[in-house]
Amino acid sequence: MKQTPLTKVHRALGAKMVDFHGFEMPVQYTSVIEEHLTVRRAVGLFDLCHMGEFELEGPGALGALSRLTTNDPALLGEGDIQYTILTKEDGGIIDDILVYRTATGFFLVVNAANAEKDFAWISKHLPSDAVLTNRTDDLALIAVQGPKSLPVVEQVLNLSLGDMGSYTFLDTTYKGNWLRVSRTGYTGEDGFELYLPNAGAEELWQSLMAAGEPYGIAPIGLGARDTLRLEMRMPLYGNDIDGTTTPLEAGLGRFVKFDKGDFIGRSALLAQKQVGVSRRLIGFVLLDRGIPRQGYPILNEAGEEVGHVTSGTLSPSLNKPIGTGYVPVDLAAPGTTVYVGIRGKRLKAEIIKGRFLK
Amino acid sequence: MSEKRMLFTKDHEWVLVEGTIARIGITEYAQNELGDVVFVDLPTVGDTVEEGEGFAVVESVKAVSDVYAPVGGTVVKVNEELESSPELINESPFDQGWIAEIEIAEGTQLDDLMNAEEYKAFIKEA
Repeated sequence: MKQTPLTKVHRALGAKMVDFHGFEMPVQYTSVIEEHLTVRRAVGLFDLCHMGEFELEGPGALGALSRLTTNDPALLGEGDIQYTILTKEDGGIIDDILVYRTATGFFLVVNAANAEKDFAWISKHLPSDAVLTNRTDDLALIAVQGPKSLPVVEQVLNLSLGDMGSYTFLDTTYKGNWLRVSRTGYTGEDGFELYLPNAGAEELWQSLMAAGEPYGIAPIGLGARDTLRLEMRMPLYGNDIDGTTTPLEAGLGRFVKFDKGDFIGRSALLAQKQVGVSRRLIGFVLLDRGIPRQGYPILNEAGEEVGHVTSGTLSPSLNKPIGTGYVPVDLAAPGTTVYVGIRGKRLKAEIIKGRFLK
Repeated sequence: MSEKRMLFTKDHEWVLVEGTIARIGITEYAQNELGDVVFVDLPTVGDTVEEGEGFAVVESVKAVSDVYAPVGGTVVKVNEELESSPELINESPFDQGWIAEIEIAEGTQLDDLMNAEEYKAFIKEA
């Protein structure tokens, strides 16, 4: 198993460690519910060193990126960040990624589980005047998330960041080395993601923990990372989206820019848009007692299986069982009753609009 | 606490036998491995269960875990408190977090179960 520069820190904190796509990662330190609520109410620290980072540079970088992704990278000014999607010819999703517009090109942040696949896919589609470099093994990533993130990050980096916009970044130095501050996250709360060379990760982690102490900072494991993102309906690759689902089915149409020119998957997605999708990713609250889990069947009134659950948990903020899944469009409207099959029982659920946590 | 009189399975259930009734729960080790318990799917009183059969389900935020019947018999009582307070399994696994009571089927042998000392040694190896 691969380790991150912070693995030893997690072990010393008594974290429960698991194999997450080949990385030894903390799933929880004390309790998933406690950690979740810490991020909603105060501030939490995440080791995301397993995430993949690539640099894409050269005169052909912009054109290549535009052909590879559904969003429009030409809209980005230096210092801007964009959520975008890599699609196959058939419109199926290869990965959902972040694109940073740097002074010299683009910085891509990809899911850990997809990093190798993405690197190979992007490399295969590059013209000779664009260069892709894999920085995954050199760079650490620590996320600071929660309503109290700002004062903690400001204090540690000795910067004033209050005016920094969401989905923007800036480069600075920390202890003499390069550090990238990004106002992004996967929790729905205000927060920052900090990229830096591996060697500085442990020192930065400890400084953030110390600066966050008066605010009740705590380290947060992957368990709470999942419940935090799910309450906000942020999709998880491998659960809610994958090669068999398209951005339009997943409700990510606003990140598909048909007018920007051709891109891989455009014609398939355009055809799907014109005909209309046959199924849609929805969010539901389970009204009966139980917890929906990935793979459980979604049933209609007649008891026929019409889809399946892609993510599910007990929402720590709402104390209600929540889930997402694909259903036929005629069952996708908010307020519709569907059923989830759990261990042979048929439990009632109601489709909701938008985020679980408003 | 009656932990000393309890018997244990390799799947981390405990059994406390009083006459023909076996009270069943999961161990401290099991609740700790599982994390915050947020839902318990209890069996129904009157259910007949075979030894080794999954007869209840305990769920944490992240995981679903079957509870296997350490003895066969008929479910005569369930801990309904767990429906509104599943966290009792975390807080008091050997006492208030008990799951169900089974009337032990005739001829049942308890020889395969571990005593407290044997179980302690077993989880040390795990």
